[in-house]
Amino acid sequence: MNRKIASILVGAAMALTGATVAGAGTLEEVKAKGFLQCGANGGNLIGFGATDEKGEWSGIDVDFCRAMAAAIFNDPTKVKFTPLNAKERFTALQSGEVDVLSRNTTWTMSRDSSLGLQFVGVTYYDGQGFMVRKSLGVSSALELSGAKVCTQTGTTTELNLADYFRSHNMPYEVVAFEKNEEVLQAYEAGRCDAYTTDASGLYAERLKLTNPEEHMILPEIISKEPLGPAVRQGDDKWFTLAKWTLFALLNAEELGMTKANIDEKKTSDNPEIKRFLGIEGNFGEPIGLSSDWAYNVIKNVGNYGEIFDANIGPSTPLGIARGLNNLWSKGGIQYAPPIR
Amino acid sequence: MATLLNNPTIRGYAFQIAFVLVLGWFVWDIIDNTARNLQKANIAAGYGFLDRTAGFGIVQKLVPYTEASSYGRALYVGLLNTLLVAGLGILFASILGFIVGVARLSPNWLVSRVATAYVEILRNIPLLLQLFFWYFAVLRAVPGMREKWTLFGVFHLNIGGLHIPKLVLGEGAWTVAAAVLIAVAIMVFLSRWGRARQNRTGRRPPIGLLNTVVLFGLPLIAFFAAGRPLYFDVPVFNETGPLLRRGFQPDAGMTIVPEFVGLLLALSLYTATYIAEVVRSGVQAVNRGQTEAAASLGLLPRQILRLVVLPQALRIIIPPLTNQYLNLTKNSSLAVAVAYPDLVSVGGTVLNQTGQAVEVVSIWMLFYLGLSFLTSAVMGYFNKRVALVER
Repeated sequence: MNRKIASILVGAAMALTGATVAGAGTLEEVKAKGFLQCGANGGNLIGFGATDEKGEWSGIDVDFCRAMAAAIFNDPTKVKFTPLNAKERFTALQSGEVDVLSRNTTWTMSRDSSLGLQFVGVTYYDGQGFMVRKSLGVSSALELSGAKVCTQTGTTTELNLADYFRSHNMPYEVVAFEKNEEVLQAYEAGRCDAYTTDASGLYAERLKLTNPEEHMILPEIISKEPLGPAVRQGDDKWFTLAKWTLFALLNAEELGMTKANIDEKKTSDNPEIKRFLGIEGNFGEPIGLSSDWAYNVIKNVGNYGEIFDANIGPSTPLGIARGLNNLWSKGGIQYAPPIR
Repeated sequence: MATLLNNPTIRGYAFQIAFVLVLGWFVWDIIDNTARNLQKANIAAGYGFLDRTAGFGIVQKLVPYTEASSYGRALYVGLLNTLLVAGLGILFASILGFIVGVARLSPNWLVSRVATAYVEILRNIPLLLQLFFWYFAVLRAVPGMREKWTLFGVFHLNIGGLHIPKLVLGEGAWTVAAAVLIAVAIMVFLSRWGRARQNRTGRRPPIGLLNTVVLFGLPLIAFFAAGRPLYFDVPVFNETGPLLRRGFQPDAGMTIVPEFVGLLLALSLYTATYIAEVVRSGVQAVNRGQTEAAASLGLLPRQILRLVVLPQALRIIIPPLTNQYLNLTKNSSLAVAVAYPDLVSVGGTVLNQTGQAVEVVSIWMLFYLGLSFLTSAVMGYFNKRVALVER
């Protein structure tokens, strides 16, 4: 009920307050109010957007917002999070309720073209997978013919699921819930044979099951899910800032700069590092920031690899390998244009 | 001129016209502003998306629907699901509510206390929590997908839902349907004739027996005459084969999904508590002298309730009852929490895939508004019929 009221209110807000939607200068607004409003995952998706018992946010998506706050304010804590569900997220961004949407959102053409928003880049290359009970004796998604599948409504997942089963001529039944919590409960109760969502989400959700080791994630990845942050269309300056914050995270890893060693790197002779740190040239000014904006990002939140390892990497309970998300120079496809 | 200004009729009209104009301008401005802002923000607008292919599956559909159907069709499926759960919810909540409401007034200590406990407990727990309770209680209590409980040999229950035989209409089934209609018509006629005769002669013809014979006899004759056009499609349960292939097969029989059962239970049980209170207040509002007078005429307690108290209580009960029906209908939008594909749930998926929030929200609002108006109109008509006619 609350959700419905919220979306209606947002709709009403769209109708009445044109200024926020069309208004230029998100950066100026953010600077004026003194913090960044970030749309994050309200469904407690461990490793991407989740709150602990103290209400402290963590996750890759969350850290991206902190990186933006660090670039703007040199203070990663100057960010407020709005927990959003899958259905609310675009409206929240469109209506100006949040300045940036960083909520494991798949970049697709229709979203890029008809929702009035722009995807900044890819923070995590993901794909949709299936989780099943080991006792089911299934080793491939192609054996799921006739399965009952639980999923969350209001995501690209439902569509991929339908496409996959249709293209393989397999009958199936989908049971779609509004929230992750209920999907998981229903799956655990045995309402469904399989649980489908982005593979990263499956790893995170599996941890919440009573006996995680009784469940397995099938090897098939049935879709491309490039997850990334998005901003509103029509504010190119803000778009550029968000985009280059992401590139700074990636470039820092490539140049070997970490939270710990970035101060030492100030004495480096490498011109790329000098430009990155703002010692040579001033790349901050055109995007409305100080010359050491990239330094502030890394000093406060670390580079992409550090964020990955801290939230979802092999040493965390999720234990996800870098895989596609490794740098292009290390066998992955994460690649950022250079700062020069 | 001054007289015109001071004329109350003209002033009344002038103010009303001005109000309507301002309201109209306000509404138009909102719509226009929204459209312009959407365009400026590069967000697609309009209802053209309703014809595009939906591409997602729906677990319960009353009309044919596949992934290749359109968004419009998907919304229609959701709409019918809402109507189904709201309609049945209203029916069950009313029956239960009337029973509990009357039971609360029962002179029997146990009956009235049980009814009171039921009302007080269920009325004071938020509906969403009850919904989760019933849904997951239902899920946890029944056997898993590869097992079943069987009742009377034909009803099977497991976590996939209640699997029952499906009535299939073969060729010539319309004759049976027609026979049922004719039987009902004859029953109405017989009842009227019986009452008239009782009024005239004081003796009551055996209408009940005659009605039973007509109700079952006519359709049965039609059924055999048309070559038995109705048959049952029974659920098929596989005990062997690969694990995923075991259990009930999707293309045989009819399945009532647990999402529906959970939602219907929660809505009916919750709303019934309010209806019970409405009924109780209505019954208590009937003057005690009426009951005593009826008793002194020698009517039985059952007859007093049916012939004296309830007809008078109804006119007090119906207006607040309408509110409860409207509440139930609107509360059915909680369905999405337990995966029941109602209009809000399906609309949410459509909204997410097309991104056209304003359009989808407008469809939601129009539908619920329309449904509420319809319910109010029906109940208003009913209210007029039972209202006390004062001469």
